[in-house]
Amino acid sequence: MTTSYTKSIASHELPATRLDPELAAKRAEKIKVSMISLCGCWGCTLSFLDVDERLLALLDKITILRCSLTDVKRIPERCAIGFIEGGVANEKNIQTLKHFRENCDILISVGACAIWGGVPAMRNMVELKDCLSEAYVNSPTAVPGAEPVVPFDKEIPILTTKVYPCHEVVKMDYFIPGCPPSADAIFKVFDDLINGRPVDLPVSLNQFD
Amino acid sequence: MTIQIEIDGIAVTTEEGGNLVDVAAESGVYIPTLCYLKAKPVLGTCRACSVKVNGQVVPACTVKVTDGMRVEVNEPETADMRKALVEILFSEGNHNCPSCEKSGRCTLQAVGYEVGMMVSRFPYQFPERVPDRASETIWLERDRCIFCQRCVEFIRDRETGKKIFSISGRGTTARIEIDPELANKMPPEQVREAVDICPVGTIIEKRVGYDDPIGRRLYDVESIRDRALERHAE
Repeated sequence: MTTSYTKSIASHELPATRLDPELAAKRAEKIKVSMISLCGCWGCTLSFLDVDERLLALLDKITILRCSLTDVKRIPERCAIGFIEGGVANEKNIQTLKHFRENCDILISVGACAIWGGVPAMRNMVELKDCLSEAYVNSPTAVPGAEPVVPFDKEIPILTTKVYPCHEVVKMDYFIPGCPPSADAIFKVFDDLINGRPVDLPVSLNQFD
Repeated sequence: MTIQIEIDGIAVTTEEGGNLVDVAAESGVYIPTLCYLKAKPVLGTCRACSVKVNGQVVPACTVKVTDGMRVEVNEPETADMRKALVEILFSEGNHNCPSCEKSGRCTLQAVGYEVGMMVSRFPYQFPERVPDRASETIWLERDRCIFCQRCVEFIRDRETGKKIFSISGRGTTARIEIDPELANKMPPEQVREAVDICPVGTIIEKRVGYDDPIGRRLYDVESIRDRALERHAE
């Protein structure tokens, strides 16, 4: 068992240069978006980047507040859209997802993990203790002679017994299936939302894999 | 005898006694199916083709058309019922499309797209279903079985006519079984027939797989709806 006493500092707690007032005013008019990956692989976020040059036109209308691409780890003000990748596999995921629900008007479940648990949910078929034992205690790839121990630290979030889809924890408004969803599918949903159209993901962009 | 029926308010002239799934397809109306196979005895197990006939919900594959029949396929309540049926199948098994060899040529997945499913409205069950690897040629992946019984009825030992696949147990403990001795006698083309007849990725041929890259798989090239309608187009 290890315990860490280092105080971690979040990026928003660091001193920052004040935004140019003109830029700040422009940003204030835009639709605010926050993004996060819970228990996922960031593949859906990368797929968002595959929107490529269409991202430029999109960024004229939206501004991304909390996002791992910018390493900002909090939602500083109310957002219109929350982009959630990954399922719920630990206590921290629950807190984060609830925080997003409280601070976003619309939440989108993006990808297989957010929608039904995805690859991490493959552990739902075995007991959590057996899963941890296979990974750490009786691991076939353990270094010979190493002390078999399940990592435990206050900084390591406690795992939930099962992996849950986001909509089983909080209400989710829209779903974009895929592993990951294509950039076209993600763009279509964003485009519908920011232009005030009803969200309509056509059959041709609906992919479960 | 030539008769007239009505499908979603449109008059259709057809021959009496035709299967409603086929008659609808001939007139350009797609009804999703999972267990139905044209020219094989009707199973009626999956209920994915449920439509309203004269106001009553019935599986279309079990209906032979008669004169004056009034059919509702895309009426919203009925369409949502079909969608719910497909969603049930996705939540009661383990349908991990991203890791499945059948993905892209899976009937259940293709039908999921056609009914507009994005997520299941039912809680995902994550049942524990152990695969059966006993046969030399077939890998039985029980996670994905939807109990359509196509393999049970239509894949039989060629000498004796005995069933190679069967279902044991009932309800939540039901599971698909394979007779490894009979399975090992299956000629290669019958193994492939069994793989193809399975509407999900339960019957998987050993030592082959992932032949078609994403974008060139069966339903990537043409949707199941277009395939079903094209088969009937003159």
